[in-house]
Amino acid sequence: MSEYSTIVAHVEDRPGVLARVASLFRRRGFNIESLTVGKADEPGLSRMTIVVEGGAANVQQVARQLFKLIDVVSVVDISDQPVIDREMSLIKVSCQPAQLVEVGELVKAFRADIVDVGPQSIIVQVLGDGAKVEALEGMLRPYGVLEMVRTGRVAMVRGQRTSKPPPVSVDAQEAEAARAQLGRRPEGALPFASD
Amino acid sequence: MKLTGAQILLECLRAEGVETVFGYPGGVVLPLYDTFVQYPDIRHVLVRHEQAAAHAADGYARVSGRTGVCLATSGPGATNLVTGICTAYMDSVPMVVLTGNVARDLLGRDGFQEADITGITLPITKHNYLVMRASEIAQAVKEAFHIASTGRKGPVLVDIPKDVFIETAEWDGYPEQIHLRGYPLVTRPAQDDVERAAELINAAEKPVILAGQGVILSGASAELCAVAEKADIPVITTLLGISSIPDAHPLSYGFLGMHGHYYCNMTADAADVVVGIGMRFDDRAMGRFKDFNPGAKIVHIDIDPAEIGKNFETHAPVQGDVGEALRALLPLLEPAEHPEWRAWIDDLKAEHPTDYFGEESELTGTWLVRALAEETGGEATIVTGVGQHQMWAAQYYPFQRARQWITSGGLGTMGYEVPAAIGAQFAQSDPVWSICGDGGFQMTLQELQTVKDHNLPIRYALFNNGFLGMVRQWQELFYSDNLHSVDLGQPDFLKLADAYGIAGLRAATRQDARDAIRAAQAVDGPVLIDFRTAKVENVWPMVPAGAALSETIEEPA
Ligand SMILES: Cc1ncc(C[n+]2csc(CCOP(=O)(O)OP(=O)(O)O)c2C)c(N)n1
Repeated sequence: MSEYSTIVAHVEDRPGVLARVASLFRRRGFNIESLTVGKADEPGLSRMTIVVEGGAANVQQVARQLFKLIDVVSVVDISDQPVIDREMSLIKVSCQPAQLVEVGELVKAFRADIVDVGPQSIIVQVLGDGAKVEALEGMLRPYGVLEMVRTGRVAMVRGQRTSKPPPVSVDAQEAEAARAQLGRRPEGALPFASD
Repeated sequence: MKLTGAQILLECLRAEGVETVFGYPGGVVLPLYDTFVQYPDIRHVLVRHEQAAAHAADGYARVSGRTGVCLATSGPGATNLVTGICTAYMDSVPMVVLTGNVARDLLGRDGFQEADITGITLPITKHNYLVMRASEIAQAVKEAFHIASTGRKGPVLVDIPKDVFIETAEWDGYPEQIHLRGYPLVTRPAQDDVERAAELINAAEKPVILAGQGVILSGASAELCAVAEKADIPVITTLLGISSIPDAHPLSYGFLGMHGHYYCNMTADAADVVVGIGMRFDDRAMGRFKDFNPGAKIVHIDIDPAEIGKNFETHAPVQGDVGEALRALLPLLEPAEHPEWRAWIDDLKAEHPTDYFGEESELTGTWLVRALAEETGGEATIVTGVGQHQMWAAQYYPFQRARQWITSGGLGTMGYEVPAAIGAQFAQSDPVWSICGDGGFQMTLQELQTVKDHNLPIRYALFNNGFLGMVRQWQELFYSDNLHSVDLGQPDFLKLADAYGIAGLRAATRQDARDAIRAAQAVDGPVLIDFRTAKVENVWPMVPAGAALSETIEEPA
């Protein structure tokens, strides 16, 4: 099974930023498992949650390369921290009226919701970590999954600590701190070792 | 005061102290060209191909240490810059690239000569801008120069649609402030990192410094020497690090890598502590990564945190400006001497010197570089193309000061030699020597007219072996001498020089070559010397592609 790491990046909310991030991942051969982006609480910034393939050494290189983009304001690797991570999924399931109660019970057991009921089908909305979404999808498969959409993962560190960028002024000390957050030494396999 | 976008751009260049812009006009930048007359202090050098504008700006930057500036029109003008931008990007050359684009209402509609140059150059610029309002030009240009010339330097592109040049906006002086939250400049290394590096170096018995171009970019040659002297550490450079320490310095041992000196490769491989300074542990320098000196402890000093740990596990990373880091390191180093280690290297050097000069009757490239070195006293600024001649220049020219060695290392761009020499010559008055391959020269020789226009005293020394020599060498060694597409037909270079109205000389023997060098030195203006060098000559030593430094081959079996 592949190993995954989670990065939170705050980026300037400007045209082309997503292209810069995507271009970097493509060029450096980093595989993105999921990338979600939306406005951050601070005006002018967007917050990205990026799940990348690879362990600590790889994610460190990803984080450092990302941080080199001028429009990327902060990068935090939260893989080792206790996090709440969620994704949302809408699943359109084939469902005859007679099956509705049965499916409804199943959905309830997952604390999911039926958000649309049609004559032959329903839409289930489920919120949770990836495993939960996948488990529910598995249970619904036998009924016939007609279509499915997943948002990709968003994540936040538990407790007081945030993944937000340091305040605007970049005096040396804060810059140091930001740097320290990027981690230092690679462990295990190196991402670019040739052959 | 209201100014047009074009005026604002030129005000910004003036405020940045830009004296020379290498460029080529076209439809969308006409409003800008229309404005140049109002700014006579900004010299526009008309090249003959936009690639040359980029290489010239690059050569100018490398010699002067200032930010080079080039300019092109939209579409084909902009795409012609791409090789030059990438060359600068790979070698961390500070450069601001200006392009015009189609008018705003045509952007994204495939208008005539529209190219998405900001999209195209995303991966080969440090940053780029598409400026959509005249009022935003000043801030973009200010940031572009700041980004290009600080941290790990590199090219920044500013793309401006035609109507933005025409639009007027309020000009209240060049901005003083920069707001780049995502670009904190960390130049001062963390003290505990420096301490850890010092500990490793102090404990070393067989230390070696690998000095890269970062030393030159940071202007830290003196600091490099001070550190090396205090702790008695031999200094080996990378290809681009050549000239970071004077060749005559007793601790200077030459360069390592694919065609580095045998003893340098072996020394790097035998050291117990390898101190990389302003370099990036590139594969051409280090050979096969997994077999590079597995026992060595690695200290890595670099301004770019992403370089640290990219290719090798680093035991003591020091992120910061090379000069600042070395100044912080110096007092923590214990004075040391490593006589046995030095003697081991000196013996190796004596037993395995790089001195392949060939028969007296042959005008070999190696001999020719040595002759050039003798005749110029090792003082000349040397620009090269890419190939065998480049490696011989690196091996045999005794560089004495930083910024004297101008070569495309990272991208390895043939054709660099002609236009980069133009930029280099605009940055200094002493004649520049450009060591050219006959292949590379033919890629950009149209620039001889630019040279002529300005009567630049460049000495183009054409190492004319009639082959794409480096490729021929590889075909000989690794493809059973199955030569294909390397035997170059070529024009009569003397007639060519004549056609461009510049002095032309030819030499086919060692004596003639020496005479020709001397004759060229006496010419007031450009010279092209057609040196008929040995057709078949290989570059030694060599680390075969994919091999380890310890597998360096000295000469054919
Ligand atoms: C633009 C470009 N195209 C192709 C190459 C591949 N290449 C590397 S060296 C070389 C031969 C160079 O020949 P020449 O300029 O005559 O120099 P020589 O090796 O003979 O000194 C070639 C084709 C390159 N480096 N750059």
